[in-house]
Amino acid sequence: MSVRIQTEDFDAGVESRVLQSDQVGAVALFVGTVRAEDSDNPVTAMTLEHYPGMTEAEITRIENEARARWPLLGVTVIHRVGRLLPGAQIVLVAVASAHRHAAFEAAQYIMDFLKTDAPFWKAEERGDTVTWVDARDSDSAARDKWT
Amino acid sequence: MSNPTITIRYFAWMREHTGTGTETLALPADVTTVEELLPTILQQSRGHATALADMMAVRVAVNRLYGDLNSPIQAGDELAFFPPVTGG
Repeated sequence: MSVRIQTEDFDAGVESRVLQSDQVGAVALFVGTVRAEDSDNPVTAMTLEHYPGMTEAEITRIENEARARWPLLGVTVIHRVGRLLPGAQIVLVAVASAHRHAAFEAAQYIMDFLKTDAPFWKAEERGDTVTWVDARDSDSAARDKWT
Repeated sequence: MSNPTITIRYFAWMREHTGTGTETLALPADVTTVEELLPTILQQSRGHATALADMMAVRVAVNRLYGDLNSPIQAGDELAFFPPVTGG
């Protein structure tokens, strides 16, 4: 199990290979990226802040709950912080299991709970204007479907 | 013996309103929950009062675990207030 909060970029291919072994039959990978939005006033940058210590603890708790639900052979979560431009990678969730269903479902579970429980906050820049992003009800709904 | 204190942390727009990410306050002797400490925090500045004006919009953590206004607190604890999270 590996949880990393970092400013640096990551390589999803490397992270996938790290999780592979002769026992693993499936690695599911999710990568979230900064979206500019197709509008007259697109996002020009995004700055991510977090609560050091609590972030790692919350993601570890979410991983442990996923491991209790599915037979997982490896989990890696990487989340970047700091200022990121459109197209940049923000988050990686990689899950290894013997079979695909467990890997797919656990990756989605971890991502759904990370969105609502891991203490990160995004401030969006649109030109000279900086605004804190509001939490979405749809993210809470995505989490709640697991309970 | 030193006076009992509590560390309070603020994040995102709450940090901007309070003007600080971390502060240490004296813990009044009769305070045992987050809710009982709120009046003391609100008195710190106008920005604190603005940040905590709508507690329905605020999440609470005690010692880096999610809690709520009824969570117990004691000297030496790390209390945190922050908006609903928006990572991922």
